[in-house]
Amino acid sequence: MLGLVGTGVLTYSVPAVDLHREPSLISVLPNGGFVETYRIDLPRDRILVGLTGADNALPAGLDWPTDELFGDLQTEIFKIRDRNNVVIGVASRLASASEQTGPFIEWALHLPARGSAYLQMDVAPSSEGHRNGRLMAGTGDFETLSGTVREQFITDFEDEDLNINGRIELITAFVAPLGDEE
Amino acid sequence: MKYFISMLLGMSIGAALFVAGMYFNPFTDRMLVSPLAVSDDDLLDFTYTAVPGEAILYTDNGESIIETHPDRVAELWEPAIVDTSIAVILLNDSRGQVLGLGVKFSSDSEQTALINSEVLVNSVWHIYVPGQGTLLVDQIENHWSFLREIVVPARWSSGDNWKGAFFRIMTHGPGALGTARVAGGNGNFAGVSGEAVESLAARAYSALDGPVSMNGSLTISVPQATSETE
Repeated sequence: MLGLVGTGVLTYSVPAVDLHREPSLISVLPNGGFVETYRIDLPRDRILVGLTGADNALPAGLDWPTDELFGDLQTEIFKIRDRNNVVIGVASRLASASEQTGPFIEWALHLPARGSAYLQMDVAPSSEGHRNGRLMAGTGDFETLSGTVREQFITDFEDEDLNINGRIELITAFVAPLGDEE
Repeated sequence: MKYFISMLLGMSIGAALFVAGMYFNPFTDRMLVSPLAVSDDDLLDFTYTAVPGEAILYTDNGESIIETHPDRVAELWEPAIVDTSIAVILLNDSRGQVLGLGVKFSSDSEQTALINSEVLVNSVWHIYVPGQGTLLVDQIENHWSFLREIVVPARWSSGDNWKGAFFRIMTHGPGALGTARVAGGNGNFAGVSGEAVESLAARAYSALDGPVSMNGSLTISVPQATSETE
């Protein structure tokens, strides 16, 4: 009986999955929102680069579809880091200049312990060279948020020891709806 | 001493009884019919191979029985993503014609509750359908049936494999009817929200290598979308 009850209590009270959490490194905005910066070090954080007809597909041995159906679709997958350069999630970036769907650039960020964010970017970069975008949908911690994002490529950044010769930064400014404590 | 041994024996039997009760629980959720079967909205039906070696790319922490693919793909070994996998998959219609491309992120869920027969996985599909647009599908999957009816029998089998016929709706939420949430991105799907359901059909599984013959199906209900793939 003790074994039966003990196992039941143990199964009920001890979580089967305990995800690793990094602290969220955010700066609070006057409107109650927060700014968070996600970093991608290039090339070390690249998992996939897929583009029909391209010679620089990644990883080596990738059998990217040659189907013309995908046209100029560029698919990239990265690990993403926080401001302290600790990996906190993964992300996909899809970009295309297709006339049928209209040109687009969008990101899906997946942070296992926190949720996912779906970001749509302006196709044309701003005069300062970065791209602006917005949060279209979110899950988990991002579910009720709205806000903007800035995508910027930093090319004058290099660290030979860590195999870094460039960096992508996604700077998000999200805010919860009025009355929401998030 | 004999009382102590009797107590240990009794506790072991109790624990074994509890695990057996949990494993053979007849009240386990067995959803076989898609909640979207009665939807009036346009339906996009995608099928795909759920065998990681047949995907364009599959990667995880590198320690599971499933081999990452291609060989030199980066593994997700960092602590924050060690319970995450990524698959890049061609999405086909029922005749095998390519319709689109999907990137699927899957992470073990902290909401997993074995006592409720719930082995939950949070997954997100980032999908591109040429000529139509882009979508994000967010879902909670329950892998309990898959573990109980395929993985465990394969491990118990002397040949370390399972063969049979398995079909389950894997989507468990977060929608009220156990459906996934869909957010449209670009093209025809811009600004659209909908629901989705993912199912798995398996015929063979190896306890040493993972899925051998397994297909997935993703049905997306998209109000107002102009679909040519119904």
